[in-house]
Amino acid sequence: MALKMVKGSIDRMFDKNLQDLVRGIRNHKEDEAKYISQCIDEIKQELKQDNIAVKANAVCKLTYLQMLGYDISWAAFNIIEVMSASKFTFKRIGYLAASQCFHEGTDVIMLTTNQIRKDLSSPNQYDTGVALTGLSCFVTPDLARDLANDIMTLMSHTKPYIRKKAVLIMYKVFLKYPESLRPAFPRLKEKLEDPDPGVQSAAVNVICELARRNPKNYLSLAPLFFKLMTSSTNNWVLIKIIKLFGALTPLEPRLGKKLIEPLTNLIHSTSAMSLLYECVNTVIAVLISLSSGMPNHSASIQLCVQKLRILIEDSDQNLKYLGLLAMSKILKTHPKSVQSHKDLILQCLDDKDESIRLRALDLLYGMVSKKNLMEIVKKLMIHVDKAEGTTYRDELLTKIIDICSQSNYQYITNFEWYISILVELTRLEGTRHGHLIAAQMLDVAIRVKAIRKFAVSQMAMLLDNAHLIASNTQRNGICEVLYAAAWICGEFSEHLEEANQTLEAMLRPKVTTLPGHIQAVYVQNMVKLYASILQQKEQAGEKEAAQEITQLMIERLPQFVQSADLEVQERASCILQLIKYIQKLQVKEVPVAEEVIALFAGELNPVAPKAQKKVPVPEGLDLDAWINEPPSDSESEDEKPKTIFHDEEQRHSKPRHPEMDEEELARRREARKQEQANNPFYIKSSPSPQKRYQDTPGVEHIPVVQIDLSVPLKVPGMPMSDQYVKLEEERRHKQKLEKDKKKKKQKKEKRGKHHRHNSLHTESEEDIAPAHHVDIITEEMPENALPSDEDDKDPNDPYKALDIDLDKPLADSEKLPVQRHRNAEALKTPESEVPPVEKKSKKPKKKEKKHKEKEKDKGKKKEKEKKHKKEKEEKSKDKKKSKKKHHHSEEEMAESVQNGTLDDEPLPPMSSYRLLAENPYIKTTYDIQGNLQNDSQVTVSVIFENKSTSFLKSMELNVLDSLNTKMLRPEGSSVHDGIPVPFQLPPGISNEAQFVFTLQSIVMAQKLKGTLSFIVKNDEGSTHEKLDFKLHFSCASYLITTPCYR
Amino acid sequence: MQFMLLFSRQGKLRLQKWYVPLSDKEKKKITRELVQTVLARKPKMCSFLEWRDLKIVYKRYASLYFCCAIEDQDNELITLEIIHRYVELLDKYFGSVCELDIIFNFEKAYFILDEFLLGGEVQETSKKNVLKAIEQADLLQESQNEDWGATS
Repeated sequence: MALKMVKGSIDRMFDKNLQDLVRGIRNHKEDEAKYISQCIDEIKQELKQDNIAVKANAVCKLTYLQMLGYDISWAAFNIIEVMSASKFTFKRIGYLAASQCFHEGTDVIMLTTNQIRKDLSSPNQYDTGVALTGLSCFVTPDLARDLANDIMTLMSHTKPYIRKKAVLIMYKVFLKYPESLRPAFPRLKEKLEDPDPGVQSAAVNVICELARRNPKNYLSLAPLFFKLMTSSTNNWVLIKIIKLFGALTPLEPRLGKKLIEPLTNLIHSTSAMSLLYECVNTVIAVLISLSSGMPNHSASIQLCVQKLRILIEDSDQNLKYLGLLAMSKILKTHPKSVQSHKDLILQCLDDKDESIRLRALDLLYGMVSKKNLMEIVKKLMIHVDKAEGTTYRDELLTKIIDICSQSNYQYITNFEWYISILVELTRLEGTRHGHLIAAQMLDVAIRVKAIRKFAVSQMAMLLDNAHLIASNTQRNGICEVLYAAAWICGEFSEHLEEANQTLEAMLRPKVTTLPGHIQAVYVQNMVKLYASILQQKEQAGEKEAAQEITQLMIERLPQFVQSADLEVQERASCILQLIKYIQKLQVKEVPVAEEVIALFAGELNPVAPKAQKKVPVPEGLDLDAWINEPPSDSESEDEKPKTIFHDEEQRHSKPRHPEMDEEELARRREARKQEQANNPFYIKSSPSPQKRYQDTPGVEHIPVVQIDLSVPLKVPGMPMSDQYVKLEEERRHKQKLEKDKKKKKQKKEKRGKHHRHNSLHTESEEDIAPAHHVDIITEEMPENALPSDEDDKDPNDPYKALDIDLDKPLADSEKLPVQRHRNAEALKTPESEVPPVEKKSKKPKKKEKKHKEKEKDKGKKKEKEKKHKKEKEEKSKDKKKSKKKHHHSEEEMAESVQNGTLDDEPLPPMSSYRLLAENPYIKTTYDIQGNLQNDSQVTVSVIFENKSTSFLKSMELNVLDSLNTKMLRPEGSSVHDGIPVPFQLPPGISNEAQFVFTLQSIVMAQKLKGTLSFIVKNDEGSTHEKLDFKLHFSCASYLITTPCYR
Repeated sequence: MQFMLLFSRQGKLRLQKWYVPLSDKEKKKITRELVQTVLARKPKMCSFLEWRDLKIVYKRYASLYFCCAIEDQDNELITLEIIHRYVELLDKYFGSVCELDIIFNFEKAYFILDEFLLGGEVQETSKKNVLKAIEQADLLQESQNEDWGATS
């Protein structure tokens, strides 16, 4: 023995310790992987030795390697060995390794239960501590169930060091094993008033975490926490309590009222930013919950906003960020208070820190009003130009669109401005959001009728300059806008000034390089354009021009007919034929325009994206039955903006009605023309026919400079949205002047001044009339649309299970299971022993069974479906049963809770029998036990229960052996022979039989397939039946139980 | 708190503590992703970022980044305090701590963390108590080592 010790320590001298390993790794930078694989080989050798110190050293090194990303799960068993070392030095390392690499999937984790229990009750508090710490990292539902009672006992340990750890770990236990919450809660509550501040704060921590998830169960604790809050000086604890109140107030407004005062006091007095921040957050939460019931708390809001402003103005980026974050919470309920800090938030857009800029952007979304929209968007556009990095730029782009389109374009007073913004955004390179811009263009053009003329002119310009946009199609970005442009020009072609030019632009060879779905739209809309040109020419009697345009189409369309894209090809060839036919008619001098245009006649209405889903099915309507013969051609169908890019064209029908606000628009255009004329960037094109405009009463007076008639109406440049900002300001200013004649202001005032002036007057939003009459068509919804679907809560929420009423008295069935030594008697006389066990521990057993069944289900996928169904039915029955039981026993055992003397009472032992398989005739459960005499054998005890009214006989059990695990059969029989069950079963009777298995290795879990065959005999005769099962040997089942220490 | 990571400026992981059970694969993925994200941030940027449905709070001390993941409702500032407190504890224990101390005594760094936090919650707010517990545990370890014949 002594020699062995000496030998061991000499060996160790040559082993690498952790420091050597680390140093070695640092010295082998070039061939690290090779060096480490060498080390792992060494470690494997070390783990094979008997010396625990060597093993611990090896495990310690492994833990380090695990951090470097190496898999050490193969050493899990060795880690458990080190955990069970008697010396703290090694135990500590073992638990550390376990906490680093064990997880719920770790197979051997089952083996640790007893070791952990032993360590928890160790006289040495550090042993206990280390076990608790480790457990907190790898607790599984099984461990939680088995150890809950032990940990609960530790909550009343004499040493505060253990108490606080035990209290904290209970939270993890609750999460894994929700049934433990009710029995443990009284003691947890007790710990809120523990003399030791550490334990107290631990209890506060746990209850706060619990209450945050399911606040309603913890309302009754509010007075206690209120007391704690007013008395505590520990900021860590205060923060937790205040957070808890934040969760409780929405449920109990009276609590909120009471909280305001102490919280505001804290806000005033505290110097700790973290506490201040928490208070502000909770005050906000309180105010939100009160906003309906209480008239005003403007003082508190003001205080919060003030404090947040200080945070935002702070040079510390962190405070700035949090300030903005909290501000956005206030914004939802008290937008006015935040809007007055617009300047500050706009400043934040210039911050170096992207995360702060994004926060500020979020805030801006909620801050816009009719009054400041243009200004804010202008600022944003400047940022778009100078933003580096496409991610942030894309973010800006989406925000601009979000801001403008929010609540049905509520804040947009001038849609020409908005279209110009959209067109400007198309200049962004490499954006991913081309489809967003396109969708907006379509939406606005369709829904704002007054803007169509302007939109069409802008879109025609885009089509003309398509080569700029489509230069990098591979990035799948901005060329999407051409989709919108083509469609708008086609659909609203009656507004086109230079239809010929646009048509030619659409027929350019370059178009064929565009993505297929865009080309398809091009092709379809060409025809619409063509139709309207044809009509125009025919009406003007220009037959030659009409034929020319037909000829152009016939010449250019074949390039689309050759397209590789099926959609494009199909449409193009179809249309080509149509036009050839038209040509024939034209040659015969037959007027065709009316007929062609009739192809696209009809009004188009936007339909809400959800409309189709919301149509209620009238009673008695069978949607699958034919009403008439299947319709040959479809009528206009609902329009869904989301799918528009890939949808058929058939729904596009043509609106045609006179433009209401033509004069108004024209005036705008002229003002713009003026600007463009002075701008060398624009290229002048041929003049377009002039129109005369009359002043209409009630329309805005926009300062229009005398127009040079030679200025082109349509120019192939880009519009400047800024111009609208200026115009808009002047318009508003004018409005104001009219209203407020006493105050004479200079006309050319600077914007800043102007706005300050605006904000001085408490001018309401409604005072700003829109620049032109805007008729926003709302999206159509079917009559009696169904109410919107309720948003479902995530059923997988782990905290949901902890939604447990804690005030109800505790039932007996809810007590925490206490692990007891498995009864040897149970084995010998199972019939007499098993039923009472089942009765006593109904709940835990059911639980376990369910759990096992689930496992089984997974394994049994291949088995017949019928069986599945039955099992499920069985399960639900079980549930119902246990529920009933639960209610029943609750009343009986109401007394036991108040005493809190749970551990003194006799606790039901756990039944370890699990379900093997069942069918309508028979139910089998099994248990696996190690053999004390022969450690390469295990005994499987199977209980057979006859569930039918028939007599079961000639039962025979057979198992398919694996390499590792074999069923012990009588000598001379082959491996395919089954073993007869030594009894017969009359109806309703159960009995137990035992089968011995031999094993090679105990570190391998096994699943053996098997069949039970039997003969069912009843009045009608006998039938042969079979039941398949899977016998599951977990590593833990090889354990030999030893008597409990206590 | 869901987890805490310590890593160097070069992106080498120095310490990891997970308070939620995850598979190794998932852990590695998260670590790689976060290390990249955090290292890519400029020094003047704030210490918080939103990541998946969590909030990441990180702080750099010398060449080491301390990075924690907290839930939506958690307080970022107190998390910074926790990080700071942990650094202070390391500093007290090692005596002006540096990255090498944590590399070579990484198990000690874990032990200190385990005395300070448990299951992601602060268990001891007093620095003195944490250090006392560590010292005593170390003492216990040493006395056992002596019994057994010291060869370190």
